[in-house]
Amino acid sequence: MKARVHIMLKTGVLDPQGEAVRHALGSLGFDGVNSVRQGKVIELDLKDGTDEATIKDMCERLLANTVIESYRVEIL
Amino acid sequence: MHAAVVVFPGSNCDRDLAVALERAGARVSMVWHKDTAMPDGVDLIGVPGGFSFGDYLRCGAIAANSPICRAVKDHADRGGYVLGVCNGFQILTETRVLPGTLLRNAGLKYICRAVPLTVVTTDSAFTCSYDAGQTITVPIAHHDGNYHADAETLRALTAEDRIAFRYGDNPNGSADDIAGILSPNRRVLGMMPHPERMAEAAHGGTDGAAIFDGLVKQLEHA
Repeated sequence: MKARVHIMLKTGVLDPQGEAVRHALGSLGFDGVNSVRQGKVIELDLKDGTDEATIKDMCERLLANTVIESYRVEIL
Repeated sequence: MHAAVVVFPGSNCDRDLAVALERAGARVSMVWHKDTAMPDGVDLIGVPGGFSFGDYLRCGAIAANSPICRAVKDHADRGGYVLGVCNGFQILTETRVLPGTLLRNAGLKYICRAVPLTVVTTDSAFTCSYDAGQTITVPIAHHDGNYHADAETLRALTAEDRIAFRYGDNPNGSADDIAGILSPNRRVLGMMPHPERMAEAAHGGTDGAAIFDGLVKQLEHA
C-alpha cells in the first residue's frame, strides 16, 4: 500500500519561499495571485495493512514539525 | 570540567567547539551519533553546528532522532548542561529540549558574517561572564536561523528572562530579534551565532570566549 503525506506550514507562519514564488508569478505577468504557500509531499511505500494511526505517529515523530507544520495523510 | 561534543554526519563545527572548550580549560570527549550513552561524569554536552544528515527533511530533524540524542535529552532532563550552536540549536528545538523552531531566513539567503549581539541576561552559566546589555560581535553562518515560536512561548521567554542574546540588526527575521534562548532551569542554551568562531585573537575577536570561560568557571565548582 502507499500513503502520501502532505505537509504545509500552519496559517500565520511566514513562508518566505512561498512569498518569493508569488513575486516571481507577478513578474511573469500573472496578476491576482494573493498568496502562495509552499509545502512538501512525502510518499510512503508501506507494508499492506499499515493502519493510519501508525502513519500519523510517523508524522508526529519525524515527518512534520508540529510547532509550525500541519499535515494530512492520504491513503492511495 | 568534562564536556562531550556530539559528532553527527555533516557536523562541521565539532572540532572548533572542542578547541574552544579546551582553551577555556575543559576536558573534552568526542561522542559519535550512533553511541547510546555519554561518557561517565560528563558535565556539559556540546551539540555543534554543521549540517547534520545533510539537513534532509528539516534542519536537525533526523539528528534529533539519532541514538545519541536520547542521551542528550536524558542529560537535559536530569538537569545537565547543554550548549547547542547553530545546527545544534536546531537539533535542540527538534528534540523539544528548547521551545520553538528555526525557519528559513526571511531574506531566503544563506548569511555568513559577524553580527552584533546584545547580551540580554547574565543569569546563566553561559552568560555570567558578560555584562548585562553588553554588545558583542559573533559570526553567524546559516540559512535557517529565523527563530519562530507561538506568542505564548515568546511571552514566557521574556517573562522568565530566558532570552540570552538578541540580534542588533536582526539579519534573519527572528521573532523578538532572538539569537539565543535558555531552558526553564537555565542550563540549556541554544544559539544560532557561533561563539567558538570568535574565541581566539586569531579569529578576529574573542567576544565568544566568555561563554566557554563562564561554563568552565561555574561547572568546575558545581
